[in-house]
Amino acid sequence: MNKLLVSPSPHIHSKTSTRSLMLDVVIALLPSVIVSVLFYGWSAVVVLASSVVFCVLLEYLITRYLMKQASTIGDLSALVTGIILALNLPPTAPWWVAMIGAVVAIGVTKMTFGGLGQNVFNPAITGRVFLLISFPAIMTTWGGAKGFIGGADAVSGATPLGIVKEGLAQGMTLDQIYAMHDFSYGQMLFANIGGSAGEISAIAIIIGFIYLLARKVIRPYITLSVLVTVAVFSGIFWLIDPTQYTDPLFNLLTGGVLLGAVFMATDYVTSPMSDKGGIIFGVGIGIITMLIRYFGSYPEGMSFAILIMNSTVPLINKFCKQKKFGRA
Amino acid sequence: MTATIIWTIAAITILGIVLAVVLYLVANKFKVEEDPRIDEVEKVMPGANCGGCGFAGCRAFAQSCVEAANLDNNYCPVGGNEVMKKVAAVLGLEVHEKAPMVAVVRCNGTCANRPVVNDYDGLKSCKVKAALYSGDTGCFYGCLGCGDCVSACQFGAISMDPETGLPVVDEEKCTACGACVKACPKKIIELRNKGPKNRRVFVSCVNMEKGAAARKACSSACIGCGKCAKACPFDAITVEHNVAYIDFNKCRLCRKCVVECPTGAIHDVNFPAPAPKPDKQAPKPAAKPVTPASAPAAAASPQTEASSAVKPVKPADARPAAKPEVEKKEE
Amino acid sequence: MKKTFSIGGVHPDDKKISAGCAIEVLPTPKTVYISMAQHLGGPAKAVVAAGDRVKTGQVIGEPTGFISAYVHSSVTGTVKSVGLRKDLAGIPVVHVEIDVEPDEWVETADTTDTLVTEIPQDPKFIVDRIKANGVVGLGGATFPTSVKLCPPPDKKADILILNGAECEPYLTSDYRIMIEKSRQIVVGAALMKRVLGVHKVVIGIEENKPEAIAKMSEAVSSLAAGSGDYAGIEVITLKKKYPQGGEKQLIDAITRRQVKSMGLPIDVGAVVQNVATSLAVYDAVQKNRPLIDNTITVTGDCFPRQSNVLVRVGTPLSYIIDSLGGIPENAAKAISGGPMMGKAIANLDAATLKGTSSILFLTEEQTRRKPESNCIRCGRCVEACPMGLEPFLLNKLARNGMTDELEQNGVQDCIECGCCLYSCPANIPLLDSIRIAKGEVIRIIRSRTAPKK
Repeated sequence: MNKLLVSPSPHIHSKTSTRSLMLDVVIALLPSVIVSVLFYGWSAVVVLASSVVFCVLLEYLITRYLMKQASTIGDLSALVTGIILALNLPPTAPWWVAMIGAVVAIGVTKMTFGGLGQNVFNPAITGRVFLLISFPAIMTTWGGAKGFIGGADAVSGATPLGIVKEGLAQGMTLDQIYAMHDFSYGQMLFANIGGSAGEISAIAIIIGFIYLLARKVIRPYITLSVLVTVAVFSGIFWLIDPTQYTDPLFNLLTGGVLLGAVFMATDYVTSPMSDKGGIIFGVGIGIITMLIRYFGSYPEGMSFAILIMNSTVPLINKFCKQKKFGRA
Repeated sequence: MTATIIWTIAAITILGIVLAVVLYLVANKFKVEEDPRIDEVEKVMPGANCGGCGFAGCRAFAQSCVEAANLDNNYCPVGGNEVMKKVAAVLGLEVHEKAPMVAVVRCNGTCANRPVVNDYDGLKSCKVKAALYSGDTGCFYGCLGCGDCVSACQFGAISMDPETGLPVVDEEKCTACGACVKACPKKIIELRNKGPKNRRVFVSCVNMEKGAAARKACSSACIGCGKCAKACPFDAITVEHNVAYIDFNKCRLCRKCVVECPTGAIHDVNFPAPAPKPDKQAPKPAAKPVTPASAPAAAASPQTEASSAVKPVKPADARPAAKPEVEKKEE
Repeated sequence: MKKTFSIGGVHPDDKKISAGCAIEVLPTPKTVYISMAQHLGGPAKAVVAAGDRVKTGQVIGEPTGFISAYVHSSVTGTVKSVGLRKDLAGIPVVHVEIDVEPDEWVETADTTDTLVTEIPQDPKFIVDRIKANGVVGLGGATFPTSVKLCPPPDKKADILILNGAECEPYLTSDYRIMIEKSRQIVVGAALMKRVLGVHKVVIGIEENKPEAIAKMSEAVSSLAAGSGDYAGIEVITLKKKYPQGGEKQLIDAITRRQVKSMGLPIDVGAVVQNVATSLAVYDAVQKNRPLIDNTITVTGDCFPRQSNVLVRVGTPLSYIIDSLGGIPENAAKAISGGPMMGKAIANLDAATLKGTSSILFLTEEQTRRKPESNCIRCGRCVEACPMGLEPFLLNKLARNGMTDELEQNGVQDCIECGCCLYSCPANIPLLDSIRIAKGEVIRIIRSRTAPKK
């Protein structure tokens, strides 16, 4: 050594980096990815691959050639967005749908605001919602994919929530609908229901959640407050009229509530910083989701709920600050 | 059908008239009485809102001008005398001409002159660096090279020369607003008289260490020897705390000090020819990037004085020729 | 339940690799350079001139102003020069340069090793000795101890806290003195207890130092058995968490009282002193020996000869390093103090000060900062901040020079512990900009409140 390095303190750094955090999220997503590939087969692989490739490629191109900076794909955030977007798409979606989703997620939602950390809305969800509104037919058709395991009946034509909504609209009671379709909670836990790639297995998502908690990547407050709110809200309505309102467990296990609560609502950039703020945020998501499910025209409302609550984050951050030391 | 159209047109017209009346009344009610001259003065201001005048912005300055009895205390460094004349014309006041100023970097601690002994690894900011330690070289007083002055300049007049590691002031763009002076934690940058035909003589060092220590840290430091002060026929040079300072109000640009300085710490800029050397060969600074980098170094043909006054292109002075002499001297 | 502070904190790797190294006395160098600015407050005024002969322990610098301290010669010898010399940051400070001759102590000092356990009755006598012997706080801030022990009359302390947390990684000098000089430290604590007139003294030690806890507890109980002067002293085990040794954090951990913003520990009735200060107080009062030497940890993963050395104040750092085998090849940075709050050494020719606690070597890989990337708003800095601030926000405000907002968001409360920068996954130099902003805001607050006084 000839020149002494001089810098202000501290002189050491925790090993945590943006990249390591994102890598942990990718690892936490793996169980869901594996389950969706097992159950939906090659079509799930195509959706995953195209979504990830387009997201990463787009971020690379935009940072290098549009913003003329060093590429930021090394932080793996585009990879995470790609995977989450894929898990939000039906496995039968064609590759170009994934590409449009990637353009909206990375190009519009993330990079126009200045890249990672600057966006107001969660990129993957914005991408999904855009697709849902633009291509409702593709986005709500689930049948036709042949999985590596499980029979043809493993995949039904619509999501349980869609079936219920449809049935209720036709004037049926829930018991009649259930009798027709034979849902069981066991199926929902172990990926035996129709739904977008990420929705089908609650167990896989819970494994990911536990991993994220153990690695201290996220704090549990947002996820738990979403789930508790959904359960309580639906519980009240279910107790009032069990023939018209679905029960809490059904609501928790279907329609991406788990996927959203674990992976999308907890996105650092678009969620509040403080625990108190996180609880308000989670409760908001839960209530909005259930309002849409019970009274809205869409069968499920998790994505909309998260987007709506994303927009309140700056406000929540402003009012929910950590208690400062020595200030009563 | 026709009736509907007519009714619609009528309704909208009436609505428009009513709202116009409301707007008129509201505008009258909340009208702020302001001296119209403020607007007029503001119109002639440069509009940079740089704060160089000491006010929050051009409008605040204009307001102050309007309220002031005379313009002696108000001066817009950006617009200079021209703008002040216009302001005076608007207000019907007199204005005393002030000599135009320019920011001058008083450090010659180039990479070649100052051996680097440390390596900085923190936020790239002179302020942070200054609070932490003396800087990467042995000189505690010199430029830290992180470019706080560059980011402070609203006019893009300062840039870092990658070769010397020192800031360079573009004389044409510099408006002498003083933002860089405030930004420099080492107080190296000074506003000095621009001088006739942009010619200036100044001590390019603020090192207050004793001669030997200063020299050790930087080969072209002012060592406080006082030779310049003795040589000056106009008493313009004072040596205090081991560093010489030239009072630009007294300096007549004779350049006797320039040749006298043993370390080349005194710089003369924009002179067409090198300083006259009375008896012996005097060394000159090794590098003097005072003029913009855009000035072609190869502009070997001597500029006419008229053109150099307008555009201070680096004159074909003998600096490159003087370079070997310095090296000889140091050996 | 082990105690700890209530907000924030981080858990950097312990790395107490020099913990097992007993304190060795380093031979005195040929020349020492004694700085006149070894304490917080006004630098001392040199009262010797070139050519003067000084004895070990003789006063060579006198305090200037209320917050200042005496400086003593750490060696016997002839003053060679009095003048500016660069400190470890390369900033010129007045130093007294002394050519060293064999030790000859001033007559008043007791240089024997006998333990004096009897506590003088008169608090003023104790404070005078502490002041005359130039004792300053050795926990980092080097605040003159005599000033800290004499709170303004309208404020009364009810607890003395001895800081043995040593929460910084690598550092072991406090740990070694707690093991090797535990009784002296306890006597020092009893002396300060007498001065403050408090009945309770708590010695807080982190759980990762069980041996020190055992030694200190044993010293307390054996001394308490001998005399009533030692009643009310207890040793408390603290959880390991950085920055436990921060004054405000330690008070919070032990008493659950929080010092108000811009307040002082005495506002909540607490006085905190470092264990090393307590040892210096013992020497100053019981032995009438000025503070002329201190224990310094020389360590680093890349440094082969881990040591805890006792050196005279004014010993050049390069001398210490060279006597321990020189700078390791792969060391990139030398730090005076711990890796979280220590100062990077820019000039190895600088001499040690009273408050120097360690020389730490870090490799390029350990210490080089990674390139800054976008803030991902993960909130880790907020979570880590022990003062409950929002470093990400303060950083943004600081970079835009928004001083009013900075003050509203409590930048003046920052203790510069470095937890925010340590935990930031985007490697944003949060503390660099916050530290500067804090200085500016405190200046503004002071200038605002000053005329009212």
